[in-house]
Amino acid sequence: MHELGVVFAMIDTLDDVRKDNDLTRIERVTLDLGEVSGVIPEYLQDCWKWAASKRDWLAGATLDVQQIDAVTVCNDCGRTYGTVKHGRTCPHCGSEHTELLRGTEFEIRDVTAM
Amino acid sequence: MDELRVIQVKEHVFASNARNADDVRERCHKQGLLLINLMSSPGAGKTTLLGATIDALHDEIAFGIIEADVDSAVDAHTIREHGAQAVQVHTGGMCHLDAGMCDQGLAELDCDSLDVAVIENVGNLICPAEFDTGASAKVMILSTPEGHDKPLKYPLMFQESDVVLVSKIDVAPYFDFDMEQFEHNVRLRNKDVPIIPVSAKTGEGMDVWYQWLRDRLSAWRS
Repeated sequence: MHELGVVFAMIDTLDDVRKDNDLTRIERVTLDLGEVSGVIPEYLQDCWKWAASKRDWLAGATLDVQQIDAVTVCNDCGRTYGTVKHGRTCPHCGSEHTELLRGTEFEIRDVTAM
Repeated sequence: MDELRVIQVKEHVFASNARNADDVRERCHKQGLLLINLMSSPGAGKTTLLGATIDALHDEIAFGIIEADVDSAVDAHTIREHGAQAVQVHTGGMCHLDAGMCDQGLAELDCDSLDVAVIENVGNLICPAEFDTGASAKVMILSTPEGHDKPLKYPLMFQESDVVLVSKIDVAPYFDFDMEQFEHNVRLRNKDVPIIPVSAKTGEGMDVWYQWLRDRLSAWRS
């Protein structure tokens, strides 16, 4: 159910974009989605198809999801590593003093519209 | 015929909700109304905590409660029995409350007569942390039966909160709840957040929570 709420919120933001730019139809939406954003792309697509079809200005629009890999940096040894594979603990030095660099993005990059 | 064009947006997916939330926050600030977003798992004791808080502070703080649930109005009835204003908002199956729904809830309350409005969010440790409701303080409850490992599993909720209440502290020994370990796990994500162990049943720690609330209200109004 989380993805459905997310899609409704996204459509509200797209509606603002539509009004601000005098658009009549949105054909395509490109999304930057972090690997650890908590949103599952397949579920997002299913909810998108359903919710988009309910609006004339968005029906049939393609959702292009661009995944951004999650990367964590270690504050002790300064090296970076893949968050999903290694979690909070640095695989290089074993430290727990780590910080997520990227991977939580959830941004509308652009829309293709008329 | 219209031509297709590409418009650079570069906005967060929740940008529209964030704008609504800012509007709600600004309006509450003008009214001197402290809006709190109360979050926890189902059954952690949100309604019980609110009932005890309303009873203890009814001479100094007027509370209004926005109850968010997928269905039913049981929580709103419980709160009204404590003598506070309560409105029930149904999320229609959704796992959280957004700023628009919160705004609808506020419209149902007589806000001019209130000092503090509390959104009792849908019981859930994940989604409510992600959606800005327009509240100016986020309070979360973790009950001891849920275990001290929860900050590791649901980091965002602990990271976002302005205060963490550890409820049902009176039964902690029965559930092998390790307070030291819990604090360690919380601090990994939220270094300075106050952690207050409470029991609405025995009253333990409740005065500390009430003082936090008083301080937050006067800071919001100053």
